Order: sequence, then structure tokens, then C-alpha cells
Amino acid sequence: MKVHKIMEQTELTEQLEKIRGKLIAIEQPRPNRLYLSCESENSREIVKFLFEDVGARFCVATAIDADHCFEVLYHFSYDRTGCVISVKAFIRDRNKPSIESVSHFLPAAEWIEREIHDTFGIEFRNHPDMRRLILADDWPQGVYPMRKEGTK
Amino acid sequence: MKQTNKNPVLAVGPFHPLQEEMEFYQLTLDGEIVTDIDVRLSYNHRGIEKISETLQFDQIPYLVSRICGICSASHPLAYVQAVEELADVKPPVRALYVRTIINELERIHSHLLWVGLAGHFIGYDTVFMWAWRYREPVLDLLEEITGNRNNYGNVKVGGCREDIPNEIKPKLLKELELIERKTDMLTKAVLDDPVLHARLKGVGVLKKEDAVKFCVTGPTARGSGIDIDVRRDDPYAAYNDLDWKVIVQQQGDVFAKAVVRLLETFESIKIVKQALNKMPDGPILTEVKEIPAGEAVGHAEAPRGETFHYVRSDGGNRPVRHKVRAPSYVNVPSFKASCLGQHIADVTITLAAVDPCYSCTERLAVVDRHQNTMLTFDELLKMSRQKTERIATDMGLPKLNPPLVDKDGGP
Repeated sequence: MKVHKIMEQTELTEQLEKIRGKLIAIEQPRPNRLYLSCESENSREIVKFLFEDVGARFCVATAIDADHCFEVLYHFSYDRTGCVISVKAFIRDRNKPSIESVSHFLPAAEWIEREIHDTFGIEFRNHPDMRRLILADDWPQGVYPMRKEGTK
Repeated sequence: MKQTNKNPVLAVGPFHPLQEEMEFYQLTLDGEIVTDIDVRLSYNHRGIEKISETLQFDQIPYLVSRICGICSASHPLAYVQAVEELADVKPPVRALYVRTIINELERIHSHLLWVGLAGHFIGYDTVFMWAWRYREPVLDLLEEITGNRNNYGNVKVGGCREDIPNEIKPKLLKELELIERKTDMLTKAVLDDPVLHARLKGVGVLKKEDAVKFCVTGPTARGSGIDIDVRRDDPYAAYNDLDWKVIVQQQGDVFAKAVVRLLETFESIKIVKQALNKMPDGPILTEVKEIPAGEAVGHAEAPRGETFHYVRSDGGNRPVRHKVRAPSYVNVPSFKASCLGQHIADVTITLAAVDPCYSCTERLAVVDRHQNTMLTFDELLKMSRQKTERIATDMGLPKLNPPLVDKDGGP
């Protein structure tokens, strides 16, 4: 890493201190990879902070059907240092999974939230346009192809 | 969309051999001005992410290289980088150079392909023929190196499958000289053409603040003044050892994006030449035994922007989750910003300026709010080309191309 990048990376770490209280954990397996874990109630605020205050670029979100919960990861790229920041939100309620949508201030997330809603059945509260994106209109209700029970 | 409910639309999309995948744009118009755009996709969803969960780590590069014929080097590279990060493996230096060379050749042929298509959309069929003709030797080079014109199948967790033999280096360099000369001619012809300036400048502008809002990547972002490039920002392969620059234009219109792509082609040629000359001898593969439990991210700069892969492993021989995001996934929604308020004749080239990677058919229908009429893609293409003709005639220039539609009615 070049010197100016190290300095900017330090600035980034300092900025993240502001949301430290909302986080469960910060992991940094490599200098330019950051994982911020949080409960799903806080994810919207953290994503908003990263996009609007830190100025990171939203890449995509990944949903994961973990054992006892769902995880939604919002991946950001902080292009000034090349650091990829992933906000890992845990949704504990497996029966009615839902999380606050971030599409109002982050239109780039609109499609991926619709896609996750289609394939994992995770509800995005207050999403501006929750139509199907991936699944066909005649796909049965309540069948979510990317959930693990689909494979078993 | 309320208007759509009032005016039901039949999605009769022409199967257009020029376009690749099925995507359906529904434009709402007021007179000749676009007031709303709705994109529907996934007519041909292949469930790559789900298939990936059933394959072993070493089989997945073959799968992801088939996501897209043109980005068939960047997808496996991004995936492989994620797995290498997960397993903490460093590929040998020579392998990094081989990867760089293949990825840059891919960028050259992809950008030339786009220049050709853009030329066709606005009625410059000569540009189309030239660009595609000079793209051929690039594909020949890729065939020489990897054995395939597309779907190279060369990248592997820990390195590369096939080396570039030192004996063919002089031949490759000679071919590159030719490609550079021809691309130079093409670029000068395009950038010096007064009709193209008049036709493309100020068309389909994606403002910088909109580009930030929609988080676009690649030439779409760099044409709007956003200075990002994964190759420089989060260096991978051998890009850090080579001398090249990131091309940025401020205007955000179609012309700016064309300039970015054309100039990037030269940077890519420069990178390939340097890489061929600097490539050290040595092995091309590091042995990888086990992929431990954990998660990792890999991203690479594909011709259209950042390709993003996320891999999670539970310590078995298959990933539990593999997320793929192609650059067009973030670039296409920016149409909401760049198409609104546009004249309908400019829509085809504005849509094409993003170089959306939809692989087989264009389904494009236009709803006129007042007349409830529908225009097909062919009609839109014709309007786009007629506008160029009008500009040329106004400038007192001769007719550009013979009419698009022949006597049998086909394009």
C-alpha cells in the first residue's frame, strides 16, 4: 500500500469510530477488507453513514441463509484506498425475516433488494417498488429458490 | 407505472441478432420526449449462483466464465481472487502477468465491439465494419494464447492453467503493432468526425451526482468524471508493476463514454506490450490444498466496470454462498437518470452507451401516452440513424450509408 493510501485508510478507521456503538464487531482480515457486523435494526443507519458521510460506493448486497438466521451483507468499495467494506446484518427471525430498505437514499440498492426479496423471501420494509425482479410472474408464492431448504 | 395500466402493452420484441440477451425496456413518452423508463429483465435467468453452490471450488471458474462470453476472463479472475484471499494463497508472478495479458486483450476486443455497435446504432456502418474487422486479430491472439477465442478457461485457483510460451512473444508483439495502428486510424476517424460530435455530444448525459447515486462503474462512471478503476484502486494481477493511466472524461454524454473506451483501448495495448516484455520466467501455479472456512471478496475491472464476487466457505469443498455481481447490474438502472427528458431518437444510443451486457435479444417497446402506439426496436434504430443523416445533410455532407432496410424488408 502506498503512503497516501495508508493515511486515508487511517482516516476511514477513525470515521468508523462514530458508528462503533451500533456494531457487534469489526473484523479486518486484510488491510483492505473490512467486515462490520450488526443487528438488522441498525443496518440502515450504518449503510446511510457509509454512503453519505464516508462516501463509499455501493457494490451489491448478498443474502445468506445461515443456520439460525439470515444475513444480509451490504458491500461497499471505498475507492480512495480500494478497501471493500461489508456491513453484515443479522436477521434473527427466520419465520418472518425483514429488514429496513436502504433504497430511498441509495437507488443503486433497489434492484438487489428486489432480487433478495424474490429469492430469499426477506421483506425490505419501506422499499419504494417491491415488484418481482428475478422470478417470473407465475412463480408460486412462498417458494424461495435460494434458501437452503430448497436444496434439501 | 400508472400509465402502463391504462395502456396495456404487448411485449412483442424483435429477435435482433445484433443484441444479446433478453431485456425489456418500456418507455413512456410525452410527444417525442421520454418521461419514464422501466426495465424488466431476467427472462433468461440461469441460476448461476445456485449452481455454483453445488460445484467444487475448482470447477466454478468454468461456470462463471460462461456468465458472459465477452467477460469470460474477468468473472473467473474475480472469483479466483476471492478464493485465493480465502485460502491465503499467492499465485506466482508469471501467472499474474498471464492473467493481466488475457484480461487486457479481453478489454481491447470488448471496447472495439462496442465502438462497432455504437456506430451501427447511429448509422455509421463503416465504423461498425472497421471496428469488428480489427477486433478479429485480437481474438486470434487470444486463441493463440489460450486455445479459445472466448471462454478461455485459463485461470485457476493458485495461478493459471496454461502458460504463454516465450517463443510466441515476437509474433504477439508484431500483431499488437498492427492492432494499435488500425485502432489509431479508427479513433482518429471517429474523434475527428464533425457529424459524430454533433450527434453524440450532450446526448444521454449522466451527471456526476447521478452517477454517484446509482453507483455506476467502469467507463460509464469514468465518462461522468468519477475517477475509479479497480485495477489501480485495489491492485490485482500485475497492474501495479506496469505503467498506464486511467482515462476520465467529465461531460457524461455518449461522446465522453466513446472517448473513454477508445483511449482505454490504447492503454490496454500498452499494458499488454509491457507485460509481454516484463513477464518473468518461472512457474505458473501454486498448489492449493484446502479452502478453509471463511468469507472473501474478489473484484476485477471488466471492460464494462467492476465485476464483484463474494464467496463464503464452511470448510468443505463447495462454497455455501457465491454472489456474483456483473457491472451492468448497477450501470443499467442509471438509465432512469440518463434517458429521462431525452428525445426518442437518442434513446437507442443512450442505452447502448452503457454497453449493457445483455446477451441475445433486445426487447424494446415504446408507449406513447397520447396515441397508445408501440414502436419496435427496429423503428427506434431507424429513428436514431435518421437523426444522424439529418445532421450530416444539414452540414452539407454526402449520404452516409445506403438505406438500412433492403427490398425484402429485413434489416
